[in-house]
Amino acid sequence: MSEPIIRIENVHKHFGRVHALRGVSLNVERGEVVVILGPSGSGKSTLLRCINHLEVYDTGKITVDGILLKSAQNINAVRREVGIVFQSFNLFPHLTVIDNLVLAQRVVRKRERTESREIAQNLLVKVGIAEKAEYYPGQLSGGQQQRVAIARALAMNPKIMLFDEPTSALDPEMIKEVLDVMMALAKEGMTMIVVSHEMGFARAAATRCIFMDEGQIVEEGAPEKLFSSPSQERTRAFLSKVL
Amino acid sequence: MPSQGFFRGLGKVFWRKSSDTTTEHTETQKEINRIPGAEFSSRLDPWWWLVVAVALIIVFLLVFRADPYLDILLFVRDGLYITVILTVVSIVFIIILGIIGGLGRVSNNPIIYLVSTLYVEIVRGIPLLVQLIWWYFAAPVVIKAIGELLHISALANYRSNAIFLAILGLVVCYGAYMSEIFRAGIQSIHKGQMEAARSLGMSYMQSMRYIVVPQAIRVVLPPVGNEFIMLLKDSSLVSVVAVADLTRRGREFMATHFNPIEVWTMIALLYLIMTLFSARMITWLEKRRSQR
Repeated sequence: MSEPIIRIENVHKHFGRVHALRGVSLNVERGEVVVILGPSGSGKSTLLRCINHLEVYDTGKITVDGILLKSAQNINAVRREVGIVFQSFNLFPHLTVIDNLVLAQRVVRKRERTESREIAQNLLVKVGIAEKAEYYPGQLSGGQQQRVAIARALAMNPKIMLFDEPTSALDPEMIKEVLDVMMALAKEGMTMIVVSHEMGFARAAATRCIFMDEGQIVEEGAPEKLFSSPSQERTRAFLSKVL
Repeated sequence: MPSQGFFRGLGKVFWRKSSDTTTEHTETQKEINRIPGAEFSSRLDPWWWLVVAVALIIVFLLVFRADPYLDILLFVRDGLYITVILTVVSIVFIIILGIIGGLGRVSNNPIIYLVSTLYVEIVRGIPLLVQLIWWYFAAPVVIKAIGELLHISALANYRSNAIFLAILGLVVCYGAYMSEIFRAGIQSIHKGQMEAARSLGMSYMQSMRYIVVPQAIRVVLPPVGNEFIMLLKDSSLVSVVAVADLTRRGREFMATHFNPIEVWTMIALLYLIMTLFSARMITWLEKRRSQR
């Protein structure tokens, strides 16, 4: 097996007095789709945000694609490789959909205007909202906004995509359109870490499921095995509530 | 700038009742007019009548009491010009300084934060009039002393320019208040915006420049407009430091003609029409922005 693309070793993180991550270790291989489950406050979002340094961890080591997350220079190098999709979309409301996709390409990747617009347009076709290119985010539905957010992250050609509860802020009928895009992405072989409680998605796309509680990884395994016969009592208690 | 639509809107506000019966309306227009007050939402706010009323008073005085009101206006004309230039030039630099100061006030760099906070706290604690006097009387002495000390003849032979020093004083003072406005504006932008920008690989300054500040500017437009009006009024203080603005010209006229009531009524009306007009323009700008 090749070198894991993400290597997390014994990471600890405090928020004031709260011990949010208590020694988390996790390796993710290229092309893996890892789904993280767990009750709120279990540290799953924090772990995700540590991977692209939106949160700074206290001790331990995170290596992304051979780059150790440490100095400011490394952080920007890692962020260029890692795309993230937020629960609240965080689209730029003052820019049109296409400019949301174009801006970072121009500023960070230094691409030409025509080239970046072409890439953006192709990605909007891919996520199924090419006709909304000149709209403002506020004019779009939640599901459409989240698909734009995925396209925006993809425009930077990331090697890894992180999803932080991407469907939690959506109306039920919009969840599917977002999950479909994620599913297609998984099929293409994108390395993905997804914090989500969408069991259907986990079953269909995940190569591995992780259950976190109180800042620790309690249990991990193939989705079928984790859902049908969890070995830990805490996992069982949690799953009985959400399934 | 007032466009054609602006004046048409002005006309609609004041002559709406008569035009209602004569001009043709589309179905939607009729629909809108059934809702009380709704017709203004797409046009101009009704307070334009006050601007027009004050303008009419001024015109009335100029036409029917040409002596002394027309003489006063002609005499203070150049002062009016100075006041407008002073205010407009100052506000441009105040906004630039406000953005810089606001960024400093939210900076994680302790030195930048300290410097910008000290600036804001010190400047806000000193009356504007005292600051203007300091810049006019004390600053040139300091500049000359520095020039002599460092043997820089350009500084040692510095000759004070009243208008320049007045603008400097206004910019430094109002820049502090503007910094606080921009700080609040920047902080009102959800932190997810910064996170999204950073996660795309943009640097802190790039994120500020392309994402946070453009959104903050929209938020702060009303308080910035408010500052502009306050600045217009406070610019009268520069009359103390040898700038021949509207107020100073008024005093000069009074000194030769001894008619305080007429002079100061006219000066007050001129300030009033400028501030009322500015306020309406700012409201109009805000409305246009929020329609986007």
